[in-house]
Amino acid sequence: MKSDKDWGDELAWHCAACDRPLELGQVTVTYMNNSFTTDMPRCPGCGRVLVPEALALGKMAEVEKILEDK
Amino acid sequence: MDQNELRQWERRCIQEEPPACAAACPIHVDVRSFVGHLQKGRWDQGWQTLARTMPLAGLVGRICDGPCEARCKRGEAGDPIRIAALEQACVRLARSEYRVTRLPGRPKWIAVLGSGLSSLTVAWDLVRKGYGVTLFEPGDVPGAVLCDAHPVLTPAIVAAELASLRTLGVAFETGTAVHGQAFFEDRRDRFDAFYIGLDAVASLQWPLDRGARGEFWIDTGTQATSRPEVFAGGDVLSTIWRVAQGRWAATSIDRFLQNVSMTAGREREGPYDTLLYTSLTNVVAQPAVPMADAKAGYSESEAMAEAARCLICQCLECVKVCPYLENFGAYPRKYVREIYNNESIVMGSRSANLLINSCSLCGLCEAVCPEDFAMQDLCLQARRSMVQRGKMPPTAHEFALEDMAFSLGEDFFLARHAPGMGESSHLFFPGCQLSASAPGQVEALYAHLNHALGGRVGLMLACCGAPAFWAGREADFDRALAQWQHHWEALGKPKLIVACATCHVVFQDHRPEVPVQSVWETLAEVGLPPIDTASAAGPLAIHDPCTTREMPHVQVAVRRLLDQLGVSIAELPFSGEKTECCGFGGLMQNANPVLAREVIRRRADLSGYDYVAYCAMCRDSLAAVGKRTLHLLDLIFPDRRIPDPATRPRPGWSARREHRARLRTDLLDRWWGETPSGGPDYRALVLKMAPDVRERLDARHILVEDVQQVIARAEAGGPKFRHPGTGRFKAAGRPRHVTFWVEYAQCEAGFEVFNAYAHRMEVHGP
Repeated sequence: MKSDKDWGDELAWHCAACDRPLELGQVTVTYMNNSFTTDMPRCPGCGRVLVPEALALGKMAEVEKILEDK
Repeated sequence: MDQNELRQWERRCIQEEPPACAAACPIHVDVRSFVGHLQKGRWDQGWQTLARTMPLAGLVGRICDGPCEARCKRGEAGDPIRIAALEQACVRLARSEYRVTRLPGRPKWIAVLGSGLSSLTVAWDLVRKGYGVTLFEPGDVPGAVLCDAHPVLTPAIVAAELASLRTLGVAFETGTAVHGQAFFEDRRDRFDAFYIGLDAVASLQWPLDRGARGEFWIDTGTQATSRPEVFAGGDVLSTIWRVAQGRWAATSIDRFLQNVSMTAGREREGPYDTLLYTSLTNVVAQPAVPMADAKAGYSESEAMAEAARCLICQCLECVKVCPYLENFGAYPRKYVREIYNNESIVMGSRSANLLINSCSLCGLCEAVCPEDFAMQDLCLQARRSMVQRGKMPPTAHEFALEDMAFSLGEDFFLARHAPGMGESSHLFFPGCQLSASAPGQVEALYAHLNHALGGRVGLMLACCGAPAFWAGREADFDRALAQWQHHWEALGKPKLIVACATCHVVFQDHRPEVPVQSVWETLAEVGLPPIDTASAAGPLAIHDPCTTREMPHVQVAVRRLLDQLGVSIAELPFSGEKTECCGFGGLMQNANPVLAREVIRRRADLSGYDYVAYCAMCRDSLAAVGKRTLHLLDLIFPDRRIPDPATRPRPGWSARREHRARLRTDLLDRWWGETPSGGPDYRALVLKMAPDVRERLDARHILVEDVQQVIARAEAGGPKFRHPGTGRFKAAGRPRHVTFWVEYAQCEAGFEVFNAYAHRMEVHGP
């Protein structure tokens, strides 16, 4: 799992509603009846998750393809 | 696909058929591989290839008379490859080591008479199968008959080969009188089968049925005689045929001793005609390489030069012309198997999904295949099956299907009689992509058609359903066509005029009762409007859309129009019935954008001339890779505001939708005097985007409308994130099956968009 440092600028974002910087936290990801947990930047207040671009276009796209071909 | 269908499909692809030489060889030596090794001077591998099929290759390889040469494909372009001479050179130049194994011993004994080629072959084949073999030579020296007949075979060469037989366990008895009936009667108890090598022994007094001239009755092929345990052969002049008859006899003896069918599965044992097709296009005739010393045979360099003339016969006609088939590294016969396995898989990854979904369904493979193998039929069938079983990856076609839904929806759909008319003689159906690419030309074309055809030309803006058809979604396709048909009937079933070849094929194939004509044919009949600008000066290369492959009348009409326009035309190497797809067909562009780009790049590189296309999607695809391409309508309805229409960029996906929607509202306004109600509020949001951002979003299939929805929701109090350093916002929205993330900031005009990306997975907090 990535350390805080690897997330770089992604943790600099603030939740606009709670005005709090994001922290890494466990989230649930689901796709095509598959579900797993991982860490992503999220608001410590309301729990809203920010999906970073590198993750969406990298690992997530990769897993999406694997699940679609299953 | 069941196993039966699989085999039917496999049979249609002939790439794995043997080349003519191997098929003509009585023992089917893999001549192509053999010569292939010699091309590279790999003598040892050449020898191993020979020895895999040829018994006692060190001996037979020196005297094979090469009947295969008469069938060599190279012989149709110069001299046939001198295969027999290459065998001799290889045997001489290679380190000839037999790597033979013997199967576990079987308690059956075979008596082989004579030491000619057929007898030695029987002994070689049967001893390796584990049988006990005794070779009876009436003379004093086994193999002496070979030395006598073939001066090239020295006693030392023959002795060495016979030593290999001995090592394998063959027993030799010399000086035995085999002619009399007594030999047979005395040994019937000791031996389970007999082989009579008629190339070395003759005039036997054995109790066997004979023909009119006193020769044994032999069933050529099985080499059986009238006694079930006695086999015979070798009574032919050709050396390799003697070997072959020995081989067939050995197979029969093995089957006889195992008490299995003598004939099953032996159809292709002797020479046969191969189905393999090998094109000789661009093959320059070459004579055989001469030998400096005919007695010594080919030297190393001579043999390599002679081998280099070999065409290494293959078919691959389809793979040669199709980047898609080439891209997946094999050929249709292999792809059929992969697709079959893909369908049969229960657990694990369906690795052929991309293969199935990348085909443009253009049908060029079928047009060039000697056996009419239609990869497009195979892929479409597989897609339908995937859809039915719920195994179609959602990403493969979703974006195109959403685009289709847009074109069938309220933003674009329109079906009207001409203004003020209560009936229609014709119905103009421009299709979704011309409307997306050049809405102004659609209106101009409609105006001209309506005028030229008497003022009762109705108009329908919609999609023909082709994307659903290509995606294998039969129900969606049927729905699209049903919607079309409902409105066509309501308009009084007018004659249909289509501007898109794909629509044309769809209506022709799926609504055969509908009278349909290409707009190019109509224009060729009714004439062009007066044109007030000079036509393009230089010759233009015509790009025929792949969907006109089987519509030569449309291709002819287009050429007639270009002639009327005074345009000199150049034909591309692949045109007419052999034209190539632009990469959009079959939704290749959706399922495999990288390949689609390669396809269109190759197409664009075929000619240095500017192209002229008559399919909006083809034109835009060519334009997208920087190829100067006109649409035929650019010549018929020149727009003075666009000085060089060949460089008009391909409108992005968002622009395509906007163009369609605007075409509808403009037409309603200008022709029917109606003001349609506005769309959703978020469409009023003004976005500012740098060109590179716009391009990136287009490549990611993120529409302006998607971005507008996300920002509208975030700005209406929805969740968003703020970056304290840049002051920008980031927000997400999931209007359908995709989550869109947009990074933006407020600006004077509205909102500046810096980036957007998407993912399909759903993410939730803990």
